[in-house]
Amino acid sequence: MDFLNAIVALANYVLIPGLAYGSQLALGALGVTLVYGILRFSNFAHGDTMAFGAMVTILVTWWFQSLGISIAPLPTALLALPFGILATAALVLATDRVVYRFYRRVKAKPVVLVMASLGVMFIMNGIVRFIIGPGEQRFADGARFIIKARDFKHWSGLSEGLALRTSQVITIVTALVVVAVLFWFLNRTRTGKSMRAFSDNEDLALLSGINPERVVMYTWLIVAALVTIAGVLYGLDKSFKPFTYFQLLLPIFASAIVGGLGNPLGAIAGGFVIAFSEVTVTYAWKKVITYLAPGDWAPDGLVQLLSTDYKFAVSFAILVVVLLIKPTGLFKGQAV
Amino acid sequence: MKKLLLATAASALMASGALAEDIKLGIIFGFTGPIESLTPAMADGAELAMKEVSDSGKLLGGSSVTPVRADSTCIDAGAATAAAERLVTSDGVAAIVGADCSGVTGAILANVALPNGIVMISPSATSPGLSTAEDNGLFFRTAPSDARQGVVMAEILLEQGVNSVAVTYTNNDYGKGLADAFQAAYEERGGTVTINAAHEDGKADYSAEVGALAAAGGDRLVVAGYVDQGGSGIVRAAIDAGAFDTFHFPDGMIGDKLEENFGDEIDGSTGQHPGTDSPGAAMFKELAGDAFDATSPFAPEAYDAAALIMLAMQAAGSSDSQVFKDKVMEVANAPGEKIYPGELAKALDILASGGDIDYVGASAVELIGPGESAGNYRQIVIEGGKVTTVKYR
Repeated sequence: MDFLNAIVALANYVLIPGLAYGSQLALGALGVTLVYGILRFSNFAHGDTMAFGAMVTILVTWWFQSLGISIAPLPTALLALPFGILATAALVLATDRVVYRFYRRVKAKPVVLVMASLGVMFIMNGIVRFIIGPGEQRFADGARFIIKARDFKHWSGLSEGLALRTSQVITIVTALVVVAVLFWFLNRTRTGKSMRAFSDNEDLALLSGINPERVVMYTWLIVAALVTIAGVLYGLDKSFKPFTYFQLLLPIFASAIVGGLGNPLGAIAGGFVIAFSEVTVTYAWKKVITYLAPGDWAPDGLVQLLSTDYKFAVSFAILVVVLLIKPTGLFKGQAV
Repeated sequence: MKKLLLATAASALMASGALAEDIKLGIIFGFTGPIESLTPAMADGAELAMKEVSDSGKLLGGSSVTPVRADSTCIDAGAATAAAERLVTSDGVAAIVGADCSGVTGAILANVALPNGIVMISPSATSPGLSTAEDNGLFFRTAPSDARQGVVMAEILLEQGVNSVAVTYTNNDYGKGLADAFQAAYEERGGTVTINAAHEDGKADYSAEVGALAAAGGDRLVVAGYVDQGGSGIVRAAIDAGAFDTFHFPDGMIGDKLEENFGDEIDGSTGQHPGTDSPGAAMFKELAGDAFDATSPFAPEAYDAAALIMLAMQAAGSSDSQVFKDKVMEVANAPGEKIYPGELAKALDILASGGDIDYVGASAVELIGPGESAGNYRQIVIEGGKVTTVKYR
């Protein structure tokens, strides 16, 4: 019984939240890694592009809600998601046309592009705050829970509850689908193959007749879809606030770099490494250990390695360690 | 020359004794700065009491009271000290109503009131630190110390048989002060605080914080935060994870938003916030009429602060701070006839004839300990998704 309680407590506070958070980070890191692999710069505007995509989705969701359209028990936001993706795609393509294309033409150094993306970040930051405001927005509807903590306790007779939110399941399932589709696209389709070729060796790709502007356009389209999905899932699971999306930049970059920049598989692994590190290091293990430890071995303290305030420090520390020891990341990406 | 004039004026004051004089009272609030939207109503409240007393013509044989305003800026201790210095040395005020914010209040007390021996009554400084500040019996406040809410909170929880709680507070002076005051009071009375952890406002997700709180355990979760901020996030995450079923909310958490966000999900949760059922507040509102907003925060306390100064003067038969400072507690507390707003003339009459009064005023003043308001709290419980009053205490 104690063993089951320990597992349930672990699942409730570590496994399920970690899986959901990891999926959101993985989707974000995939976008960063694609931009890095193909466009060859670190896109600092990534977090705010997520916020923009989520914002458009929220506005459309509200519109649907006012019209009474819903797909209960699923959240209406899923229905509004394609509109968010379209708007974000238009935004990033416009940004590319106005800003990044110029720097590609003059063959600017990557750091110049990074700085340009910093400027883009501030502008998107402003656009999002201007349209929807800096405050917190709630747009989740439909059934909140698949399993409620109280119901689970009644059903199982355990003293620990297990909660499973709809948004967590949707996040994990959507992430799986998106990743499967993305890998199919990159490995099986002509466009995907040309993108990979372009990423591996730009000159060779150009020689073999690949149109660079087309590759860039497809990359941005995929990135727009990825960021919007990641942004909406994060907003559904947690809450939408422009500033938190900006803060997400650090764990997302850490994920991409830990996995190996430019390597999609690495981005996914990196997302889960970062998410689980953050959750396990800041989790107070007292409860789990008390259940597992025999008799009076129960610890007095909370057995918490780091206070939850230091959550971001965890991703930062991992980032520094990886850059020092294995700059190419776990999955052999490009060195930073 | 100026000194000579001052000395003459001073000796004239001394000599006049019970003869009618023009008493000046300083009002030092942050008319500019972070609480500039509150201070006009506070100053109006204080001046209302002075006008009432002047019009009655019953203070110290027909003395009139003139207010002198000065700007405390709320945050700049240097500017506040200079302004208070001016009030005392150049305007020659007999006592000070103020200051407003705790930081500048402490600075004025230490640098001006104490060296010059001037009584200060603050309507709004709530920092627990001021309870132990050296004051030679010159400093009072009609607002309760933040520590007081911690004590009230501990009493409420223990009365309900809740002996073990987890505490989370918003990571600022308000949250930390309240959480620490509560922990001290609760443990002193035999309760157990399993964890006292901070949370940052404005995060998207509080499941990690709730994980730590849940691991520590406890019968109830005390959330010393803001309902528009992280406080609600913590409650939401705790309900979602099934970590706690009931909560306890201090003042920052009690608002319409609480009902709106959670409804009956938090049934059985308790809380308290400053509030009173004393008729004084309504009488003060009537007295103020359309002149200013009598329900503005600390406006009733400001009225009471000014009234207490003048009543203490009457009781002591002198407008000298060193003399009347000992009478402030006496007029504020029982025994005696209860005095409400608008009844200052009656109070002056009773005091003049040697009687006793118990000043209740607009904010149900009861001075305790080092001369600070005991505060009045409304104890609430969430029933059927609504905040309902249990009682006032």
